[in-house]
Amino acid sequence: MDEQSTTPMPPGSITPERRKFLAWLSIGLSSLIAVLIGAPVVGFILGPLFEKLPETWRAVGAVDDFKVGSTVRVSFVDPSPMLWAGVTAETAAWLRRVGATEFIAFAMNCSHLGCPVRWLPQAQLFMCPCHGGVYYADGTVAAGPPPRALFRFPVRIRGGQVEIRASAVPIE
Amino acid sequence: MKGLLKRLLDAFEERTSLFKMLGDLARHPVPPGTGWWYVFGSATLMCFIVQVVTGIALATRYISSSGNAYNVLQYITNDATLGHLLRGMHYFGASLMVLMVGIHMIQVFLMGCYKYPREFNWVTGVIMLFLVIAMGFTGQLLRWDQTAVWATVVAAEQIGRIPLIGQPAARFVLGGKTLGGATLSRFFAFHVFFIPAMIFGFLAIHLYLVIHDGISEPPVAGQPVDPKTYRRRYEKLLEEKGEAFWPDVAWRDMVFAALVVMVIVLLAHFVGPPKLGGLPNPSLLASDPRPDWYLTWYFAVLALLPHSIETGFMVLAPVIVIIWLLLVPVVGSRGERHPKNRPWSVALVILIVVMVVAFWIEGRRSPWSPDFGAKPLSVATIGVSSGPVFDGAILFHEKGCEFCHMVAGQGGQRGPDLTYVGDRLTADDMTIRIMNGGYNMPAFAGILKPAELDDLVSFLRSRRESPAHTNTSLR
Repeated sequence: MDEQSTTPMPPGSITPERRKFLAWLSIGLSSLIAVLIGAPVVGFILGPLFEKLPETWRAVGAVDDFKVGSTVRVSFVDPSPMLWAGVTAETAAWLRRVGATEFIAFAMNCSHLGCPVRWLPQAQLFMCPCHGGVYYADGTVAAGPPPRALFRFPVRIRGGQVEIRASAVPIE
Repeated sequence: MKGLLKRLLDAFEERTSLFKMLGDLARHPVPPGTGWWYVFGSATLMCFIVQVVTGIALATRYISSSGNAYNVLQYITNDATLGHLLRGMHYFGASLMVLMVGIHMIQVFLMGCYKYPREFNWVTGVIMLFLVIAMGFTGQLLRWDQTAVWATVVAAEQIGRIPLIGQPAARFVLGGKTLGGATLSRFFAFHVFFIPAMIFGFLAIHLYLVIHDGISEPPVAGQPVDPKTYRRRYEKLLEEKGEAFWPDVAWRDMVFAALVVMVIVLLAHFVGPPKLGGLPNPSLLASDPRPDWYLTWYFAVLALLPHSIETGFMVLAPVIVIIWLLLVPVVGSRGERHPKNRPWSVALVILIVVMVVAFWIEGRRSPWSPDFGAKPLSVATIGVSSGPVFDGAILFHEKGCEFCHMVAGQGGQRGPDLTYVGDRLTADDMTIRIMNGGYNMPAFAGILKPAELDDLVSFLRSRRESPAHTNTSLR
């Protein structure tokens, strides 16, 4: 680089060794400044990656509200709502009552690219509006590009209420 | 007063030499014969200026809060003074910017302007191309309607397919593990601060290099670029035939830039900004998310790819495209510039343009998407008002067949048109197909009762070209 510079170095009174030291000192301090400012910034921006999701169970209705064999949409608040999230904190799942005490909660997201799948009760199929993914009532792939079955959320019954564990957006 | 002003300006100039510098820049010599092909770069810059100015204005009203953004957008669009026009200008400014970047890039490629000594300027242009696309995508999300919410999820899902870093990268996009309060602020910061700052930086380098290396002269067939002699030849050309950029050449840029801005304003006024979708409530599942027009072709690619290579494509294709674009000036830094003597380059551009346009048209049609809005077939279409054929037609709608198959111009396009399926398939063929399913078709064996299957087959068998064959006794 120095060879290409057309500006000659002024003679000054500093020895070449000291000049070299001062140059490296300045570069080192610049790096330190960058780290001191950058580290908290990067940490702050990347923070959400390391924040743990609280284990949150959301009641979605009484057991008797759901007919055996039926699949219905249930909505609930996501596991980490922020005060300013508004309606964006709402989320949903497709809840299927399989037996007297057995429920399956399917994620609403198509396993292809995450679009919201719709349940067609008469056809007993889930269909995705984006790229045409189709799933059977048990969530297995019936047709289209989805690489796997619909994701499932844990479900439990507590005090006569069906509860779904509000989970992260399923990404694989 | 006039004398005082002159003295002030002289004092300012004596201390800054700013006018001299700007004058020298404006009058820098450019090669002769640049013409109208050279206006697309400055038109892109003009669009960027429109975006910055209208964006700042919109930011004075916008609230980057997941809970409020949608209502603010409604307010800006419907109530704020000139808000409708400004949103429209911002949208069409973005659209024209994408278009101008594309044309500018094609022009630079076809004229070989990326060759020595302008290779690095091509690289800065490639980086800015991706930054512009990133601006378009993040801008669509700032509308924060139902489509924006789902587009965010789709983006995160695609990023999630990247090996090793996919999961954290997707969480980075969402601003956490769920879609919510942190998501929109993140996109706002990227759209308004981070990406524009990068564009400003690369734009400065881009323009500096334009001045440093000079605007490339129009290519001459049979006059290849040789790094050993190029600069000497270029300087000689400027000395002998150079034209002052301002105003000898710049007037064309100004004419075209004015035209571009007029088009933006007219489109904003007469067409208006894109309509807002439903509430950004992820629990409302009756949504049909679609990207803005400049990514519609990619939406089609994702739908039409063979499923087995999809993940590989999603991850590798962008990397290959970026590497290829960055390698263009490395591989072709010397040699012929004129498109007449570079048939493969011309063929490549035509191929890419045709592919993008074809995918774009398919993306607009999106025949792979189920037609959830398909209405039950009318009695006139069915041909009877009772009996198994009629019952089969009702089932054809209720069981979702019609969402993917068309009959008499009604229904989806994902599967084959069944208007005359009775001429092609026997009852047994149909039964096997319906029960077992097929490529992109679910198996209905566990869904249809035997009587329902019979009705459905009766209906399908009645779909024939010749009305004489239509009857109700095919069961």
